[in-house]
Amino acid sequence: MTDVTPQEAEFIPPAEVAEVELYHPHSWWTRYVFSQDAKVIAIQYAGTAMSIGFVALVLSWLMRLKLGFPDTFSFITPDAYYQFMTMHGMIMVIYLLTALFLGGFGNYLIPLMVGARDMVFPYVNMLSYWIYLLAVLVLVASFFAPGGPTGAGWTLYPPQAITSGTPGGVSWGIILMLVSLILFIIGFTMGGLNYVVTVLQGRTRGMTLMRLPLTVWGIFTATVMALLAFPALFVACVMMLFDRVVGSSFFMPAVVDMGTPLPHNGGSPLLWQHLFWFFGHPEVYIVALPAFGIVSDLIATHARKNIFGYRMMVWAIIIIGALSFVVWAHHMYVSGMYPYFGFFFATTTLIIAVPTAIKVYNWVLTLWKGDIHLTLPMLFALAFIITFINGGLSGLFLGNVVVDVPLSDTMFVVAHFHMVMGVAPVLVVFGAIYHWYPKITGRMLNETMGRIHFWVTFLGTYMIFFPMHYIGLVGIPRRYPELGDTAFIPPSVHTLNEFITIAALVVGAAQLVFLFNLFWSLRYGKEAGDNPWRATTLEWQTAGTPPPHGNFGKELPVVYRWAYDYSVPGAPEDFIPQNDPSPLTQGGPA
Amino acid sequence: MAIALVLVLIVIGSVLFHVLSPWWSTPIASNWSYIDNTLVITFWITGTVFAAVVLFMAYCIYRFRHKEGVKADYAPENRKLESWLTVVTAIGVAALLAPGLFVWSRFITVPKDATEVEVVAQQWQWNFRLPGVDGKLGTSNTRLVSADNPLGINPDDPDNKNNIIVIAADLHLPVGKPVNMVMRSIDVLHDFYVPEFRARMDLVPGMVTHFWFTPTRTGTFEVLCAKLCGVGHAFMRGVVKVDTEQDYQAWLQQQQTFAQMNAAAQKTGALEHPAGSTNEVAAKAN
Repeated sequence: MTDVTPQEAEFIPPAEVAEVELYHPHSWWTRYVFSQDAKVIAIQYAGTAMSIGFVALVLSWLMRLKLGFPDTFSFITPDAYYQFMTMHGMIMVIYLLTALFLGGFGNYLIPLMVGARDMVFPYVNMLSYWIYLLAVLVLVASFFAPGGPTGAGWTLYPPQAITSGTPGGVSWGIILMLVSLILFIIGFTMGGLNYVVTVLQGRTRGMTLMRLPLTVWGIFTATVMALLAFPALFVACVMMLFDRVVGSSFFMPAVVDMGTPLPHNGGSPLLWQHLFWFFGHPEVYIVALPAFGIVSDLIATHARKNIFGYRMMVWAIIIIGALSFVVWAHHMYVSGMYPYFGFFFATTTLIIAVPTAIKVYNWVLTLWKGDIHLTLPMLFALAFIITFINGGLSGLFLGNVVVDVPLSDTMFVVAHFHMVMGVAPVLVVFGAIYHWYPKITGRMLNETMGRIHFWVTFLGTYMIFFPMHYIGLVGIPRRYPELGDTAFIPPSVHTLNEFITIAALVVGAAQLVFLFNLFWSLRYGKEAGDNPWRATTLEWQTAGTPPPHGNFGKELPVVYRWAYDYSVPGAPEDFIPQNDPSPLTQGGPA
Repeated sequence: MAIALVLVLIVIGSVLFHVLSPWWSTPIASNWSYIDNTLVITFWITGTVFAAVVLFMAYCIYRFRHKEGVKADYAPENRKLESWLTVVTAIGVAALLAPGLFVWSRFITVPKDATEVEVVAQQWQWNFRLPGVDGKLGTSNTRLVSADNPLGINPDDPDNKNNIIVIAADLHLPVGKPVNMVMRSIDVLHDFYVPEFRARMDLVPGMVTHFWFTPTRTGTFEVLCAKLCGVGHAFMRGVVKVDTEQDYQAWLQQQQTFAQMNAAAQKTGALEHPAGSTNEVAAKAN
């Protein structure tokens, strides 16, 4: 402990630059619609993301009904199934999770947590949301276009994505999908630049990088990664749009489409896969790192204890972010790529398990000798850890090249990625909403509804996805709307599929309780006050809840300590806010 | 407090499920038991870690739950513990990776005595081509694909004359002989997946991919397509029959060569299976 007590003097530099005046709203329109306040933009982002996310939830019910009861739901054709599946995946990964963590939580929390009045470029920030909304509308439009949305799978692998055997392949579906992704990336880039610059440039006096809450570290690193990874997807989408619309051949070799030779020649289907996964793998961590950061803060606050090994946690986030750019081809072990890549990508993939495991250890060790309050945010954080451990460990099967060979493209993969990047981050989203809703609205979410939501969601998702691994182990391929009569599939697999479907419907119903709670508590929730969780970070030290435009009062807060001064020996309370100048034990790493 | 109990039950439940569930890999029918062994090692290591971490968590939640008047400990870091955990994790990861890479090196090294069998996929059926008397597969080109020549085989290449063509029918393989599956697709991505063989690979238009295995027991095995290939994906099935050498030869004699197929097509103007025709040339080749 002695070697981490700060040796550097608590020197707070004087303010060298005068504050820039914010653009204050003049009308209802500029206050609530075309607002430049990051907090309003955050709510717009979150509202849009959760609305489209609800569509993805309904699509998952339809898929599960078909899988569980193929005869009853025979009206769900393979075409429709593939369209539901593709849209479910794309919405969850891009339009819900990426948008919610970065556009939603990023916008709300970054300025508040680093002690800034707003994002550095508020106007660009506003544009970011409106372009995101346009991207969502284009996506929704594909449901109503002739031929319906694309059914190419969320990976949109060519040639299949733009040939006639795939729903939306030669009609509007794939075009609208690609245009929507291109718009999303343009919109995200505007927001992303803001988040990065605000963290680097907009911190208040005394808020050194090593005093940032891990939430900010997670969102910041994920945003840097997204700014580097999304261009690969952007390029790939533009190229495929050319292949589809003007008949170029970036990804299209000479092929025969249902008996008709197509004029394409010389393109490479593998090129798409490399570009897609160069984006796609960092994307997993773009979703995971904000979740890692947020869950660290939830655990520390509700266990009334500093996060264990803060510096290691920061470095783990950065190392994971960097390594995630050199593991992409582990999605392509059986793609027919250069076989010796297998050695390299399996090694990098398994190395990434080390910093990831360190994060898990440090969360658990934070609980050790803590003062654990089993609040709703804490329950969701604990549920996240166990779900994430499960999903992370099954990743060791799929990352280890030769073990992946029999499991690739089976339901094992579906179970794995739902655990690790579906359910786990979503549990953090819920925990974060229960945690910050009081700051956003001034009221607490209803506890009883929250507990029903928690138990059904946590146990239900475990019952859905844990047994699903074993369906994959049997050898059931993913992306099969029905299994048909197949000799090696025992009837018990069908029974298990029915069970999973019922569990999925129950979990889905619990989300309606959550949705109702969000609206009900707005009006009837308990008054929260400024700092209901007795937390240290700056967003809880604002003058007024919800915080006004400009966040803080006349003076910006000055930071004297790290974000984790909980249960400091000798302190009168079990937390010391970051802006508390009392000389008492300014703990944490220097 | 319920949560601590639930975590313990999840560990117990997951372990029991693993042990008691009827769902496990299909009985293996190839030489790739190495892959199964690596999978089992992975289950043991990850299962142990899962149980240990979750049970420790459950203990912490139970032992350090909020009690009036008890304050949490203040301990920002513990370098010794952190380094120790890092090293142990790295060793565990290396223990998983080493056998994995070892088996992969075998997976990508095709034995010299492996016979080649070509798989040609299209939406949504499996076709096959076997070398003829000279043991050679002739050249092909997707541009040559037509109703009379569904595999796009080059008619000007003399190596193609005796190649054996199997259109949308069962593939037979002799037991105990290593086979290198050389694969093409004429339209979209597919994946030749026989769960019992463990080994598999995608088929990519514009490229030739391959994988090898040795069938180790006779029987009938279903081929599934495991790479989304359009609306017929789930129905794209085929059959591999692993035969004794004798049965295999008998089957081979029933098959038609490319030359015979062309002759039949010219006669009838359409592709027809010349039932009952024998193939002495191919029989001699084996």
